[in-house]
Amino acid sequence: MAGAVRRLCPRGPRWGHPLNRLLPYPLLSLGLFATWLLLNPPLTPATGLLAVTVGWLVPFVMRALRPEAVRVRAPGVILGLAGHVLVDVVQSNIDVAKVILGLRRGTRRTGFVSIPLDLRSPYGLAVLSIILTATPGTLWIQYESNTGRLLLHVLDLVDGDAWVRRVKDRYERPLMEVFS
Amino acid sequence: MSPTLVLTYGLGLAQAMLVLAMTLAAWRVLRGPRAQDRVLGLDTLYLNGMLAIVVHGMRTGSGLYFEAALVIGLLGFAATLALAKFLMQGEVIQ
Amino acid sequence: MTKADLPAWGAWLVVALALTGAGFSLTGAAGLIRLRTFYERVHAPTLGATLGMALIVAASVVFFSVTEGRLVLRDLLIGLFLTVTTPVTLILLGRAATYRDRAEGNADAPPDP
Repeated sequence: MAGAVRRLCPRGPRWGHPLNRLLPYPLLSLGLFATWLLLNPPLTPATGLLAVTVGWLVPFVMRALRPEAVRVRAPGVILGLAGHVLVDVVQSNIDVAKVILGLRRGTRRTGFVSIPLDLRSPYGLAVLSIILTATPGTLWIQYESNTGRLLLHVLDLVDGDAWVRRVKDRYERPLMEVFS
Repeated sequence: MSPTLVLTYGLGLAQAMLVLAMTLAAWRVLRGPRAQDRVLGLDTLYLNGMLAIVVHGMRTGSGLYFEAALVIGLLGFAATLALAKFLMQGEVIQ
Repeated sequence: MTKADLPAWGAWLVVALALTGAGFSLTGAAGLIRLRTFYERVHAPTLGATLGMALIVAASVVFFSVTEGRLVLRDLLIGLFLTVTTPVTLILLGRAATYRDRAEGNADAPPDP
């Protein structure tokens, strides 16, 4: 059985370790457990037990999808990145609101920026796309995986090179440290 | 003003603002000019409708509206996804 | 469970959060009308989906936590859900518009990356 599973999931979790066999995706289990508790207040022994069961059993369904194993490193970098993103989202919300309400002075230019990315991890790119799209004023248009170039639409484009530097320094570098 | 009055008027105003946002989005759906503009308007309509229901849940003090809001969010997501996919290929499922 | 249980500071806090959030959402929807091209307009709903949503969800968390006398974090799930889904819809919509503009050879079609 274990051999068959290993043949089916060549890049799946490492089955050798007994803890991995019992809990294939610990982070997913934790997330499901927390979601279940949030959806079913108040916390009683019964809901707690059900949450543990859901968190333990449902991740086994994920095996069928054979997701590529994620290796997340550097928790400090994650926290720093989350802080940056939070500040940037609030700041760009205010900036875009100013543009819409006509409070921004001077001429505004809008356009596309092409950014060469060094990040190749699919999970890293997914997180980058969420960050860039969740920040009002920037939209991820197209990513070419052959060349690693990303096309971004920017609502308030003052300086194209500044945007390239901003994406690379502020988001791409920490993401490369986290998903390496 | 009593806290109840503050809540009733304040949340009522917030709800009115969200309904106005829905009206603006609906205007974009009707006006177009292109299909992608209409889909964008529909997505905004769903989003603001969901937020209006969350605010309505606070006004009535009932936790039941939370589920309704989640379902609306889910439907809006699926609808926008299917429409965008349709715009790209002309077929939803391939 | 009723609104009468809410102290004055709670009511003002909830109303302030909800009104600011609704204001951001409304501004985003106004952007749909005011901005001129599709690629500009596509940025507008993000306002409601990020800060507008976060503030309204925060208002709801404060409201239900105070009235029920315990921490109710259920509404955070709406925030989590929207944070994950909005980028997917907007990216796909942007891709669809790009595809259509390029196929029709429009002048404002996005360049190749």
